[in-house]
Amino acid sequence: MRNAPSFLKKLQHWQVLCFLSLICFLCLTSVATANPPDAPPVILIQNATILTVSHGTIANGSILIRDGKIAEVGSSIKAPKDAQVIDAAGQFVIPGIIDCHSHIAVDGSVNEGSVSVSSMANIADVLNPDDIDIYRDLAGGVTVANVLHGSANAIGGQTMVIKLRWGQPAAKLPFEGAVPGIKFALGENPKRTNFRIPAQTPRYPATRMGVEETIRAAFTEARDYKKTWDAYIKRSDAGEKNLIPPRRDLRLDPLVEVLEGKRYVHAHCYREDEILMLLRVAKEFGFKVRTLQHVLEGYKVADEIAASGAGASTFSDWWAYKVEAYDAIPYNAALMTRRGVIVSVNSDDAEEATHLNQEAAKSMKFGGLTHDEALKLVTLNPAIQLGIDKRVGSIDAGKDADLVIYNRDPLSAYAVVQKTLIDGRVYFDRERDIAGRADREKEKKELLEKEKKAAEKKPEEKKPDATVTIGQKPGEKKSEEKKPEEKPKPPTENETQDKPLESFRVVVRGGAQ
Amino acid sequence: MKICFGIQTRNSQRRSSLTDLCVFCLICLFCGVSSQAQAPSQAPAVYAITHAKIFTLAGETIDDGTVVIRDSRIAAVGAQVTVPQGAQVIDAKGLQVYPGLFDSVTQMGLREIGAVSATVDTTETGSFNPDAVASTAVSPSSEHIPVTRAAGITEVLAVPASGGFDSGGSQGILGGQASAIQLAGWTIEDMLLKKSAAMVLNWPKFETRMLDRTTFTRNEKPFSEAKQEYEKNVNELTDWFERARHYSQAMEKSTTANFNRDVKLEALAPVIRGELPLLVFAERAREIRNAVEFCEGQKVRMILAGGAEAYKVKDLLRSKSVPVILLPPLTLPLDEDDPYDRLLAQPAELAAADVKFAFASFDNSFSRRLGQNAANAVAHGLPYEEALRAVTLYPAQIFGLADQVGTLEEGKIANLIVTNGDPLELTTDVRYLFIRGQLTSTNNKQQALYEKYSKRPKPAN
Repeated sequence: MRNAPSFLKKLQHWQVLCFLSLICFLCLTSVATANPPDAPPVILIQNATILTVSHGTIANGSILIRDGKIAEVGSSIKAPKDAQVIDAAGQFVIPGIIDCHSHIAVDGSVNEGSVSVSSMANIADVLNPDDIDIYRDLAGGVTVANVLHGSANAIGGQTMVIKLRWGQPAAKLPFEGAVPGIKFALGENPKRTNFRIPAQTPRYPATRMGVEETIRAAFTEARDYKKTWDAYIKRSDAGEKNLIPPRRDLRLDPLVEVLEGKRYVHAHCYREDEILMLLRVAKEFGFKVRTLQHVLEGYKVADEIAASGAGASTFSDWWAYKVEAYDAIPYNAALMTRRGVIVSVNSDDAEEATHLNQEAAKSMKFGGLTHDEALKLVTLNPAIQLGIDKRVGSIDAGKDADLVIYNRDPLSAYAVVQKTLIDGRVYFDRERDIAGRADREKEKKELLEKEKKAAEKKPEEKKPDATVTIGQKPGEKKSEEKKPEEKPKPPTENETQDKPLESFRVVVRGGAQ
Repeated sequence: MKICFGIQTRNSQRRSSLTDLCVFCLICLFCGVSSQAQAPSQAPAVYAITHAKIFTLAGETIDDGTVVIRDSRIAAVGAQVTVPQGAQVIDAKGLQVYPGLFDSVTQMGLREIGAVSATVDTTETGSFNPDAVASTAVSPSSEHIPVTRAAGITEVLAVPASGGFDSGGSQGILGGQASAIQLAGWTIEDMLLKKSAAMVLNWPKFETRMLDRTTFTRNEKPFSEAKQEYEKNVNELTDWFERARHYSQAMEKSTTANFNRDVKLEALAPVIRGELPLLVFAERAREIRNAVEFCEGQKVRMILAGGAEAYKVKDLLRSKSVPVILLPPLTLPLDEDDPYDRLLAQPAELAAADVKFAFASFDNSFSRRLGQNAANAVAHGLPYEEALRAVTLYPAQIFGLADQVGTLEEGKIANLIVTNGDPLELTTDVRYLFIRGQLTSTNNKQQALYEKYSKRPKPAN
């Protein structure tokens, strides 16, 4: 290296640039953060085509928003004195999109994949409000996401429903009062078909037989555990003294909640046989499967699904990425709907979530759903599946003012989100976003310049390897550490093997910063 | 009887490079329609699509016109075309005719089920495989073909070593030769448009973080090491080109020169001679710049593939006439601080800068999202006509196939679709589809499963 000073110089330059750009990403993430006002304003959206989902379409209609709720929906509402008026002439308003299968806002891996029953792990513990995908999905009209654990295990971790309140701390993300869930997974992922690491002993289960037995064994344990606790509580309530309480089991507690109907089961599944298997096991132990996720062969057993009362949350047109997805058809949502299943279309992917409106539209072409039925797939139906339909999912007086304004009919590939509101606040505004870009670019340049100067002052100082030291965020207000290269997550333990992660491909091809 | 008719065309192309091909002030198309034409003994070889709105992409749209297809070719297109006797007539009143769509990067026929390696023939081992030819391994029976066809896609480029979402990205450096194929045929010979349409070059990656796919762990590498590896790869690549150049020179004198044959260098020779373009996969501006510089130095023709940051080097791409096969615009931005619509807005920006580009799915099972992606670019400012050309004419031009496909003009291969609306829109149906002049079914595995299970009786219990 001493013999090649020019090379060294170049090397440092590259290093510095890389280092600076990393810092810059960190800073800008915070700059882009929205800062919603404390009190929700009174807003009147007027002159819009309102797709209520619950009671048809109102042409040239208005929506009055007060205290974060929809106060009134109709064709002639006068603006109250202090109301902000959004003129949506020529535009379309729909209820906020609800993504029933998401992995955004999760810090690190979504899988605790070391064991086949990881019910003790909880997504709520790793919520990351600074995940830029929250903002990107918000810009795609998503207001609510069912944030799920991965599918590496037959019984996975605990899950939660969030609102995409970008700019708010983690504590403000959870959907108040939403029933928590737990992820189950059947088929190739929990049996690790596509994830075997050479020279590692395969984890049990390795077959669909074993997947069933893993679930049955866990619920057999949970049932006994519940009995022990029930007996203890009964005796304790009867006034018996000096009782020793049963030992708490953090793995079984969530399963007891499932048995008691206090926690929803969201079960990743593909093949018809495994779908029926889970419905039988649920019947055996007396719990309900709230949603079947992916459920790509759901169309083969739609009547059985309908009879069980489980909802089905599927993809629009993904297929052939693995054997159990080879019989997937884009008619799945429509066919199950026709057989009486409550169906939603989900994303499982931050990118897919940015155009769920378009994905829902495909079921009009494949299977002939009506415009209203198609729109329900990403609004009212996922709300019903998540048990939050009293609060969200349609445009009705009294519901949360979670709304999306499009420049045209949202069931088109040409529709662009103009504004996304949550609880009556504008969390995404396309005009505002575009208007702010020059300032953000300027600030980025200034920061780069500043860092460059600082680096030039000490040219002799040896620079650390940029990839090793990411460094602290200068002036960072958030406490959580955020690594800019964290996304896309490795497709290992994630369901990413399970789905197209466009951005993953890009980064692999794109290389380092 | 001969009918003469004229179509007035206007040079509405944005790109100067197109003008050579597309400037026709007035075209007179002569179509020889013989009344004594013998009907072929088998399937009708002559079709007439009548009363259709025809988007020729070679001039003005015809509001009420006829397309005549004879054997594998378009025999006539126009407002006043006489239907030949014996022709099978498709009354397309209320319908629209377009050239079939062209997906510029896929792994069609090379990968059936991503997770099952036995069904995957996309990528050879080793980094330099210029002699690998995609068409060799394209399975004509792939279920992806009819599924993709149903979306109105009639031609694709089957590209080796080009990734796809379930493959972990593109691999190798010289990945092999991409083949242009039509999506119907009993054998690959039926399907082939061009066996060797481009040589794949995955521009060496500058990676400090890599995913080891055998252990699913992420390995970090010091910057200096990554740089060294990058330079080693570029040097090795340069060396391949130098050797191929010398080999090519020796080949030219093959009657006199004494040299050992080498199939890999021989495969590179057409690139060196400027006959075969390099399809260079690169995303970052720095990589694109380096690749352009390399191709210029080697005097080879470059087509950029991917180009997530093509907008940053648009002036360079225009000045060097490098066309781009763009990542799907719905792809999320590379960096956190990029605008959320960075890739959605890119096509409009490139079009305004006169950079020629085509859209592609870069995948198999998502090939049918080609139109959706193009439409999303329109929603973010790309003129509609440009989007349509970027999935028909432009790919044909970029891969040197514009004399065969890409527009509806007399003499071109009859690869066309009859739809009930805009072929880029989500809800549009393809009513009729022609490939090589054959009325080709849009039925597929998925539709068959739908029909089968729609008829399933209610279970007894």
